[in-house]
Amino acid sequence: MLLKRTAAAAALAMLAAGAQAQISDGVVKIGVLTDMSSLYADLTGQGSVIAARMAVEDSGVLKRGLKVEVLSADHQNKPDVGSGIARQWYDVDKVDAIVDTPNSGVALAVNQITRDKGKAFVVSGAASSDLTGKACSPNTVHWTYDTWMLANGTGNAIVKTGGDSWFFLTADYAFGHALERDTEAVVLKSGGKVLGKVRAPLNTQDFSSFLLQAQSSKAKIIGLANAGGDTTNSIKQAAEFGIVKGGQNLAGLLVFLTDIHALGLNTAQGLIFTETFYWDRDDAGRAFAKRFAAANRGIHPTMIHAGVYAGVLHYLKAVEALKGDDGTKVIAKMKELPTDDPLFGKGTIRVDGRKIHPAFLVEVKKPAESKGPWDYYKIRATIPADQAFRPLADGGCPLVK
Amino acid sequence: MEIFGVPTQALFGQLLIGLINGSFYALLSLGLAVIFGLLNIINFTHGAQYMMGAFCAYLLLTKLGIGYWWSLAIVPVLVGATGVVIERLMLKRLYDLDHLYGLLLTFGLALIIQGLFRNEFGSSGLPYAIPQELSGGRNLGFMFLPNYRAWVIVASLVVCFGTWFVIEKTKLGSYLRAATENPKLVQAFGINVPRMITLTYGFGVGLAALAGVMAAPIYQVAPQMGADLIIVVFAVVVIGGMGSIMGSIVTGFGLGLIEGLTKVFYPEASNTVIFIIMAVVLLVRPAGLFGTAK
Amino acid sequence: MAATTGSVAAATAAPAEARRQRIGFAVMAALFLVGPLVVYPVFLMKVMCFALFACAFNLLIGFGGLLSFGHAMFLGTAGYVCAHAAKVWGFPPEAAILLGTAASAALGLVTGLLAIRRQGIYFAMITLALAQMLFFFYLQAPFTHGEDGIQAVPRGRLFGFIDLANVWAMYFTVFVIFMGGFLAIYRIIHSPFGQVLKAIRENEPRAVSLGYPADRYKLLAFVLSATFSGLAGATKAIVFQLASLTDVHWSMSGEVVLMTLLGGLGTVFGPVVGALVVVSMENYLAPFGAWVTIAQGIIFVACVLLFRRGVVGELAARFGTGRRH
Repeated sequence: MLLKRTAAAAALAMLAAGAQAQISDGVVKIGVLTDMSSLYADLTGQGSVIAARMAVEDSGVLKRGLKVEVLSADHQNKPDVGSGIARQWYDVDKVDAIVDTPNSGVALAVNQITRDKGKAFVVSGAASSDLTGKACSPNTVHWTYDTWMLANGTGNAIVKTGGDSWFFLTADYAFGHALERDTEAVVLKSGGKVLGKVRAPLNTQDFSSFLLQAQSSKAKIIGLANAGGDTTNSIKQAAEFGIVKGGQNLAGLLVFLTDIHALGLNTAQGLIFTETFYWDRDDAGRAFAKRFAAANRGIHPTMIHAGVYAGVLHYLKAVEALKGDDGTKVIAKMKELPTDDPLFGKGTIRVDGRKIHPAFLVEVKKPAESKGPWDYYKIRATIPADQAFRPLADGGCPLVK
Repeated sequence: MEIFGVPTQALFGQLLIGLINGSFYALLSLGLAVIFGLLNIINFTHGAQYMMGAFCAYLLLTKLGIGYWWSLAIVPVLVGATGVVIERLMLKRLYDLDHLYGLLLTFGLALIIQGLFRNEFGSSGLPYAIPQELSGGRNLGFMFLPNYRAWVIVASLVVCFGTWFVIEKTKLGSYLRAATENPKLVQAFGINVPRMITLTYGFGVGLAALAGVMAAPIYQVAPQMGADLIIVVFAVVVIGGMGSIMGSIVTGFGLGLIEGLTKVFYPEASNTVIFIIMAVVLLVRPAGLFGTAK
Repeated sequence: MAATTGSVAAATAAPAEARRQRIGFAVMAALFLVGPLVVYPVFLMKVMCFALFACAFNLLIGFGGLLSFGHAMFLGTAGYVCAHAAKVWGFPPEAAILLGTAASAALGLVTGLLAIRRQGIYFAMITLALAQMLFFFYLQAPFTHGEDGIQAVPRGRLFGFIDLANVWAMYFTVFVIFMGGFLAIYRIIHSPFGQVLKAIRENEPRAVSLGYPADRYKLLAFVLSATFSGLAGATKAIVFQLASLTDVHWSMSGEVVLMTLLGGLGTVFGPVVGALVVVSMENYLAPFGAWVTIAQGIIFVACVLLFRRGVVGELAARFGTGRRH
């Protein structure tokens, strides 16, 4: 058994951190809580740790005398493991901020613990729009994306082009339900119909019976309200069962660069979805991707990796401006300062914790159109920042007066 | 046309998928039944050995370029050999003890094997392509049946009935059955009983690996693939009657069908229906549907 | 008749053993009282909850001779019921914990009636399958929120005035619950009921021929084991403010078998030692991913092949009376 510091000391430290604007025990500790071994490992995982470290370097705070440490841990997609690590990090290891956290179930748990302990939580990986809605907190900033943005971007675009009857294949956890709920709302508002839905447990191997149900519903669009390995599995098996050949279309509601890489352009071509970062969009993105890929075995950055980088950058900016790392105060400062980073450009963070930036409707290139690995998207449209996310008043966040 | 309010298309489609799942249940429970019937060991490692079969096929393809058809023959032998090693080194020592120790040992082995593979290969699935000859499918009118899945049904039927035939109708099979009833007497007749037991365990493991190879193209090749499946297979074996070969085959296919039916009429219960049936069978006929009370 | 002679024999033949156990008990209490000053209290609370779970499991296997491979269903059911009661119905923590425990007891009765009909391997298979059935039920039931679990369970105020959000208040509550449960199980083991249970384990036909309704004794042992497992699970839900699928998954059933096997089946302190080792190992190895599972597997294999008596059993054999309890 390892000897840990006493609980009394931890309590004292928390009191001290609240009383004065000072860096608690001299070091700003950032914990990257992510999925290193399960279905989201490629789109977050080790890449998020690399992105966080790059952000610390690029921020220049180390040269100006601030001490920063980056820790990481694997939450294995389990809320109890994730909340246990968060608790231990905050109580024993004096971690000041947790970042990334894919899997909305884990993120919601960490959101609550961060709030109880007055620390900071900068979410990049999780998607549930509840994080800036009914579960919003003065200690949390939600970067990158959320289910509302995905639903509106992708849902709207598809219904407008004729896909007006839907069947949902949903991953059975917070994210899946939120995505299904938000997309259904968009479809119904645009005049479409939802003909049915089915829930599949997270990490399902065999989608055959769910796909069969989707097929027999005769919906024009089968919405895949899942992510990571579940999405690639369902797309592959849909090809096996001839679903697209039979006239129905698949709508990937949350797809990442790494998923397209795993599927290959042959299977994935033509897929339309929404993202908030693509490495090949501009020079700044390309420069970042080159450094990132060199450190990450050639794997290019997904929008989540970009969100971790930008989030940590802005967090450190706020810590430096505040000259302290008290969680609640830093988050307030982050909302006060406008954001400006090479990946998302200029933006703001709203009072409900929602980071605002533009979104892009992308389409996967045909194999002939791609010049090489990771050159996968064509950008079809840009959704301006003020339209991309849910209006402030609609979220039900108690912080919004 | 509708039957009980469900369109026939959906019904037959789900039944066919149920039959495909049933093929895997049958193959796996066959291996378990062979091992239990003849050795009185509950092989918890069976799920891990199924997974090893799939990984072996994947590795053979990616590292040595050996394709699916060769893998069907090679992989069961390779993985079966590891089974022989396990039996020789560890299981042998437990024959005189309470059977529960065998269960605990194989459970521990399953954890080790699954953990090692997870460390090496991560948790997300690895791709294994459907062999060219079996890709595509045919439109049966009520559903589109991929060729590969049809092959799975046919192949498992052949293997299951082949095994049953060997054990129940041939001389080799009769030696095996005699050895379980009275090993000392059979040994006295000059038959090498320990070797037979070792080879039988290896054979059971080989069956699991064969199921793994067949699963690789359609289910993702992942370290956890056998873990939840094995518990369902235990239920199948209990329902079928622990030592009965025919019982496991019939129950495996039958339960696949029932699961498929449940998915149509009451999908929420599809995961649990097998266990409910098991509970009912245990109340009414504790020895299992085809088993003899031991 | 046999029970009385048995307990008289046990009482007179082992005053040394009883004293040894009193010392062990004092040492354990002292360690858990002083522990939180040097070790992270939340970690120790986790150890205590799992130690209670393992003790409850040991009651069934070590003294009743029945290997259940589905005990997670009791841990998890109590956790879910308690969490739901505390969060949605607003029960105070003591009521929520009691309700959770009662739910597990009821579940124990129902599953016990089904499982006791068979012995040995079959019994294990049945408990495994019933637990798996329950797992799938919990996966889909809306009130459990599936993969997310029941989160933000309020710690509440014990008896209306002790605020359990304070880590020390929570710690001592768990301490009292653990010690109480441990003592209760100890009394059960050493009571006439416990003696008969042991007799049934050693030679069931003989016990039956002496007039003991073996099935009823086994069922009672099963229900008691389920009840204390439930107590552990409900307490854990309040401490961690979370009830999740991990607690009803079959790997949790495997873990409690591991803890008890490692500590020593049928010993008094074995389960506590086993829980301490396994929980510590998980904590320490967590950053190394799958090594936790591998290490657990290796311990299983090693225990079955080499250390069948477990840590405490081996120690007792070397330094103690050498007699298995």
